Amino acid sequence: MIDLVIIPLFKIAVVLNGVLVSVTFMVLLERKVIAWAQSRLGPMRVGPWGVLQAIVDPIKLILKEDITPTKADKWMFTLAPILSLVPALVVFSVVPFGGDALFYITDINVGLLFIISVTSIGVYGIILAGWASNSKYPLLASLRAAAQLISYEIAVTMTLVSVILTAGTLSMVGIVEAQQETGFWFGFVQPVAFVLVFIGGLAETNRIPFDLPEAEQELTGGFHTEYSGMRFALFFLAEYANMIVIAAVVTALFWGGWLRPFPSVDALFPSVGALSFLNLAFLDLIPSWVWFFGKMFVFLYLFIWIRATLPRYRYDQLMRIGWKVLIPIALANIVVTAVVKVWLL
Amino acid sequence: MAIEAAPMFDTDELVLNMGPQHPSTHGVLRVILRLNGERVVDADVVIGYIHRGIEKLTENRDWTQIILLTDRMDYVSAATSNLGYCETVEKLMEVEVPRRARYIRTILAELQRVASHCLWLGTHAMDIGAMTVFMYAFRERELILDLFEEYCGARLTYNCMRIGGLPLDIPTGWGRKVRAFCDVMDSRIPEYEELLTNNRIWLERTRGIGVISGEAATALGLCGPPLRGSGVYRDVRKDEPYAAYDEFEFDVPLGTNGDTYDRYLIRLEEFRQSLRIIRQAVDGMPDGPVMGKVPRLIKPKAGETYHAIESPKGELGYFIVSDGRSTNPYRLRVRPPSFCNLQGLKPLIIGHLVADVVALIGTIDVVIGEVDR
Repeated sequence: MIDLVIIPLFKIAVVLNGVLVSVTFMVLLERKVIAWAQSRLGPMRVGPWGVLQAIVDPIKLILKEDITPTKADKWMFTLAPILSLVPALVVFSVVPFGGDALFYITDINVGLLFIISVTSIGVYGIILAGWASNSKYPLLASLRAAAQLISYEIAVTMTLVSVILTAGTLSMVGIVEAQQETGFWFGFVQPVAFVLVFIGGLAETNRIPFDLPEAEQELTGGFHTEYSGMRFALFFLAEYANMIVIAAVVTALFWGGWLRPFPSVDALFPSVGALSFLNLAFLDLIPSWVWFFGKMFVFLYLFIWIRATLPRYRYDQLMRIGWKVLIPIALANIVVTAVVKVWLL
Repeated sequence: MAIEAAPMFDTDELVLNMGPQHPSTHGVLRVILRLNGERVVDADVVIGYIHRGIEKLTENRDWTQIILLTDRMDYVSAATSNLGYCETVEKLMEVEVPRRARYIRTILAELQRVASHCLWLGTHAMDIGAMTVFMYAFRERELILDLFEEYCGARLTYNCMRIGGLPLDIPTGWGRKVRAFCDVMDSRIPEYEELLTNNRIWLERTRGIGVISGEAATALGLCGPPLRGSGVYRDVRKDEPYAAYDEFEFDVPLGTNGDTYDRYLIRLEEFRQSLRIIRQAVDGMPDGPVMGKVPRLIKPKAGETYHAIESPKGELGYFIVSDGRSTNPYRLRVRPPSFCNLQGLKPLIIGHLVADVVALIGTIDVVIGEVDR
């Protein structure tokens, strides 16, 4: 009873709250970092250095009037933000935050497949929001979202196949453990796959340079033009939760998850004794979840950094990149991985 | 010859109303787009949302009061509007402007050009999604506004010229500050270039977008950077020098492809040329009065004249008719560069995508206050 119900429920509560709270601080971090990149200060008024802005923003959004346009499809209009947020949160159930079973909700043997399938549901929220709003700008945005989905999703999924080939398992925990066994983080083994997945992640989360469904300057906010109040906030939460998901997945798949740097250098190069100083055994003192969150933070920062730097692609250009660049590279990567795996190792 | 695809489903063209309240139409421009998917099939540009009747108003204001109205036309480039009007009236009255005043006017006009281009660069980059350039460009524009504030007390609508010269001499040490600004600006232009010029996404978004040939641009009556981007050599500062431009060395950058990227490069080069002019003007500043001999009551003799200057947006011309009896113009007509350049918007955007429409509105650099007047 305790093992099957109470502990999982407790973990779910912790993860859910953790994600939602970190989303609000993520928004603050983004505003701050972009402000620094632009030689501004960012939020400074609420609390010391604007720290309390993270709490004030959600409160404002909750208190705002929630408008449903008269001509909108009311059910779908309400369903869309939920459909966009829930998958983003569900994915966290298989993310291994630490090495111990205490630090992940569950470890299913098709974890990666689960992540791929659930995250692709999220885009339905955007498509539905665009249709249900019964307004032209959101409609254009939902068409863009659909076009964007097929362009990057195929490439990302195929890229993940090569990771699965390398790891020999679909379980998220198993993939991290495989990195421990081989001694190499897969980011070093599969650098191409990492780049592809990260680019796909940018597209998945609708971030610049692929924020076409939002595209404030073109579509005045895109799919959430007609949304206000808490329903708008749900989209907002979904976007940032998705960012955290992508950062977590990239960390687990390519950068050793909760592992500290290079524990098995000795095992890899037994002949070169000089490398043992790279073993850095004292780093074991730092708990595994700290490593995981630290690595995640690097990628979240990268997301923000990219947003502060790059302009936006046009949607036909995104599709061209997806079909003509990413998918061929992903296919080639699978072939190379398979050949290396079967014949050379 | 386009081949019609066999219709599978009913397809409708979507009419999309962009503006007058839209984040990227720079004020209250309204563009009605007829879309096939996201491709623009037809477009209709609607103007007139901030028409204030400035041309008619001038018929009831005396000659000096009109300077104040010209501020309100191109409100991001008030000094050049002032300059164009004052020079036209001076031409009508045959007043000699002191050399020092002409030098200071040149400095003001060129500072204004830098400020206006900063605003253009920021908003144009913002439209294409690069948000940092916007803040960088506004940071430099702020420095120019500070210089203007020190000179005339105002930051946007300067009213900083008078018929026959200038109301004020420059404050002590102002020239040194202008020089210092030139150095700062010189170091900041590479920052913009680093973020945009060789950026792959920027290149893909601007190269080959909104191409217009030199002949087509001339036929449409485009002026300023959009015309020079197509490789047509036309700069009023060189062709019909006014103020003190004939005394300075500067180049007129020309484009080759006539696309959005060329227009971007040209304006960046104009930053450098403007700084070059400002430096020469500050260094060679002559002594003397800043106000010419002008009668207390300004009352040009009957006649008409047209005079144009190169504003940041293009050729800004004033046509003034005086009846010689009253203390206000009989008729004042402005040839605003924004209005003429806006003619080019429709041919530019047809066939492009919605995302390019905002880029193209940005590239022709219109200020609606000047379009509508």
